[in-house]
Amino acid sequence: MARITAGIATSHVPAIGAAIDLGKTQEPYWAPVFAGYEWVKAWIKDNTPDVVILCYNDHASAMMLDIVPTFALGFAEEFEPADEGWGARPVPTVIGDPDLAGHLAEQLVIDDFDLTIMNAMDVDHGLTVPLSLMFGQVSEWPCRVIPLAVNVTQFPTPSADRCWQLGAAIRDAVAAYPEDLDVQIWGTGGMSHQLQGPRAGLINPEFDVAFLDNLVDSTDQLRKITRLEFLREAGSEGIELIMWLIMRAALGPKVEELHRFYHVPASNTAVGHTVLRPVE
Amino acid sequence: MRQRLYPLEDLEDIPGTTVFTARRSRQAYHLHKFCMSLMDKDNRNAFKADERGYLDRFRMSEEQKQAVLQRDFNRLIELGGNIYFLVKLSNTDGWSTQKAVGSMTGMTADEYAAMMREGGRSPEGQRSKRGGN
Repeated sequence: MARITAGIATSHVPAIGAAIDLGKTQEPYWAPVFAGYEWVKAWIKDNTPDVVILCYNDHASAMMLDIVPTFALGFAEEFEPADEGWGARPVPTVIGDPDLAGHLAEQLVIDDFDLTIMNAMDVDHGLTVPLSLMFGQVSEWPCRVIPLAVNVTQFPTPSADRCWQLGAAIRDAVAAYPEDLDVQIWGTGGMSHQLQGPRAGLINPEFDVAFLDNLVDSTDQLRKITRLEFLREAGSEGIELIMWLIMRAALGPKVEELHRFYHVPASNTAVGHTVLRPVE
Repeated sequence: MRQRLYPLEDLEDIPGTTVFTARRSRQAYHLHKFCMSLMDKDNRNAFKADERGYLDRFRMSEEQKQAVLQRDFNRLIELGGNIYFLVKLSNTDGWSTQKAVGSMTGMTADEYAAMMREGGRSPEGQRSKRGGN
């Protein structure tokens, strides 16, 4: 049977991708950011999953103009890196897993999550920056990836609790998949940041650190955070943190925190990263 | 009546923040269509060669076109725009996202970068217009 063996959360700042692609990771500004990912890069070499279910948001690259799906599951065999206005990132094609994606779609819709199915799409920095942070610069990604795109851009986004419920349903759906697969779930985006208007540059370390703390064992607190509170406390783009709750719920009631990293800033954003393992 | 945790008008109570709604999305549909067209290299070149002529291919309002020509990101957001679309324009210009975002704060790019290095903008006094906190 398939099982979820770990959850990873990370910010997915585009400038982090640019720093990797342009060979700037050892520059004084960036070195402390990348130092925070050395642990996971070593760990994941011994803990490479067969498949990652990767929760991220599309930044107006493949959707959000003509179609605005709340939850969209990537169904293709392959996903190409998107050209976001300065050429596509020089990273490998992302290989999907249509069989597991098909199983997830079936189970999740039966469980009342009205998913949108994406049979073709490109994937932007929201998905490829986390892959680069975990796996480094490689000629091919070492596992298959099922993109799960969440609307965090157009109000109203799904609620924190709705994301939690989706994560819990993903846990059950993976457990019901007959193939023997090691599956990880990643939640990306955040932490506090605001990319618009006179309030741009907002960073709230108290909110972020409390979020990281509660993600381990006080998840009921996180499920109650309203959209308004996310916007007020974590900035208009900080609401991306709802995607971390999908990841966390998919790990079940108890987890062990294997690693944590927090750093301000990367470009406009507070960088958060955590590695969690379910505890039976 | 179904219960709501807070009146939706409260979303307008956050200082310096515009919440991107379905109505704004529709208001900016053609502006955003222009932004997403810049995901293609040939289109980027055509835009750079003749910005006004390229903009005229889209059913954007004149105000939106002027704000694009002036790279006035606050005005573009006022006219319905959302930053994830708008960075296609700043990326085309070779700007960092930080430069585009910082341009909305009234600070110079250097001042904004320095504020971020110092830990960013504190939420104190930035949470609520009504509450002043």
